[in-house]
Amino acid sequence: MEKTKKKKKKSHSSAAVNSKLLRRPIKRFCWIFILPMVAAFCVGFVWPFCHGMFLSFCKFTTTSKWEWIGFKNFERAFNDSQFMYSFGYTAIWTIVSVILINVIAFAVAYALTQNIKGTNIFRTVFFMPNLIGGIVLGYIWSMIFDGILGAYGTSILMDTKFGFWGLIILMLWQQVGYMMIIYVAGLQAVPEDMIEAAKIDGASSWQTLTRITIPNVMPSITICTFLSLTNGFKLFDQNLALTGGQPFTIDKATGGSMHTTEMIALNIYNTFTESGKYAKGTAQAKAVLFFILVAAIGLIQLRATRKKEVQQ
Amino acid sequence: MATKALADRKVKPPKKKSKKIGLTIFFSVISVIYVLPVFFVALNSFKKNTFVKTDTFSFPTEESYAGLDNFTTGMTFGGYPFWQSVVYSLVITLLSTFLIIFFTSMAAWYISRVNSVFCKVVYFACVFSMVIPFQMVQFTLSRTADTLKLNTPWTIPVIYLGFGAGLAVFMFTGFVKSIPLEIEEAAAIDGCGPLRTYFKVVLPMLKPTIVSVAILEIMWVWNDYLLPYLVLDKTKYRTIPIHIQYLKGSYGTVDLGATMALIFLSIVPVIVFYLTCQKHIIKGVAAGAVKG
Repeated sequence: MEKTKKKKKKSHSSAAVNSKLLRRPIKRFCWIFILPMVAAFCVGFVWPFCHGMFLSFCKFTTTSKWEWIGFKNFERAFNDSQFMYSFGYTAIWTIVSVILINVIAFAVAYALTQNIKGTNIFRTVFFMPNLIGGIVLGYIWSMIFDGILGAYGTSILMDTKFGFWGLIILMLWQQVGYMMIIYVAGLQAVPEDMIEAAKIDGASSWQTLTRITIPNVMPSITICTFLSLTNGFKLFDQNLALTGGQPFTIDKATGGSMHTTEMIALNIYNTFTESGKYAKGTAQAKAVLFFILVAAIGLIQLRATRKKEVQQ
Repeated sequence: MATKALADRKVKPPKKKSKKIGLTIFFSVISVIYVLPVFFVALNSFKKNTFVKTDTFSFPTEESYAGLDNFTTGMTFGGYPFWQSVVYSLVITLLSTFLIIFFTSMAAWYISRVNSVFCKVVYFACVFSMVIPFQMVQFTLSRTADTLKLNTPWTIPVIYLGFGAGLAVFMFTGFVKSIPLEIEEAAAIDGCGPLRTYFKVVLPMLKPTIVSVAILEIMWVWNDYLLPYLVLDKTKYRTIPIHIQYLKGSYGTVDLGATMALIFLSIVPVIVFYLTCQKHIIKGVAAGAVKG
């Protein structure tokens, strides 16, 4: 790491030397090189983001009619039992899915890098579901689950457990192939002489796997856990299409209906479409909390696994 | 000892071979199971509506076979012509991908070559935008799009350029940094202006990254549901995911046969596209991830 940093600095200083040659002429063309992208970025991201941040402290029904109410939206969000339930449900679901997706994807990638016949075909097949969109995926699987469960006189919309595991199966089907591709790339980059040296030293294949291979593919593990973790928390399309939050039960404390398979993104979406005076402000506050959560998880997780990476 | 080692050597290879064949058989079975969901969609698109739920996994019989009825009714199902949503999906995906690649690659080159404070701010904002969940901006973005009239299939690519710039700028900048400066300096000395240097010298070198970015963006935009759903005027413009969600989501009695026919029709081109450029797709994903 240190070395590359120094190298980068050197190349920067050489860029400074040649600034007359490259930098200034390029700067004159900034209106075509960077301004269109920055303008679109402001329209598509910066402004909506800042505006959303601001509105989370307001009572509003449209963007023009707002009234500053401080942290009341956040209080409302924390007191919303459905929101807290969705948060817990999403957290548990995400942990289960991250573990299953990564363990299976790594195992498949490991097996497929052992020079077995048909590797290319298997890789092609396992990656295929990634090209199908979340909404379509949800409806494909709801047909299949209902076909299976229908034989027992029930449906995926009848039981929270079915919804939970159904969504896990759906995401495994979709994501294992994607993560596998990343793991395969990582496994192929493990220096072969290292593995050979370990074998000569008498390491068993399990020891080679845990002591040599896994530490060397740590960057891939970082990326895959990061992707599956944030994907899990942000999951929306599949959740909407597969169960849409059903089954609904009655919450004994408040008497309102509880959507037992509603994940956090869908909950925020639903809150936006509610009709109450405070609904939109609360939804925006929930979205801010959600953003902080996702950003924090991403950062913590990147830090934690980056430490374990082998420096090459 | 020596003989034992020799014996081990003799025994081990066949053991490994049988293990490998076992793995091949195992993965072949899994692969077949993996394709089954798509196969069932195809199967059910030829069944009459009432049989989709009761006989999901059987082949259509004389009684349940619906011929091409599902496809013909599916074309106008839900009061909206299906081919229109196909056209809109295509327009949005192609335009957005083109815009993203064209402008973010230029921006990335500018960022890494000029490297001013402004550039650094833009770069970090882009990286930051990659972790933002869409719900954070869903309300304000749809309002902004409405006021700026970015709510048609021909203008929504601007939104995609803005919201999807993060990953693309990040990937392009990573690659541009690895290009030796000398090449561009040589071009500049030979009298190339920045525009010519960029289009004649830098852009051709970016080709592998362009392919990976294009694939990631196509996969994202083609399948995206929520952004176009919130931004587009839904009475006029529906993309394929919006159309399918409308069929299943908001009508009382759902014609499952026709829905399956439409799902089948929307999957087939994707799978054909995948099979024709799967090498690039898999490489692109791997490259995108390693840099991410």
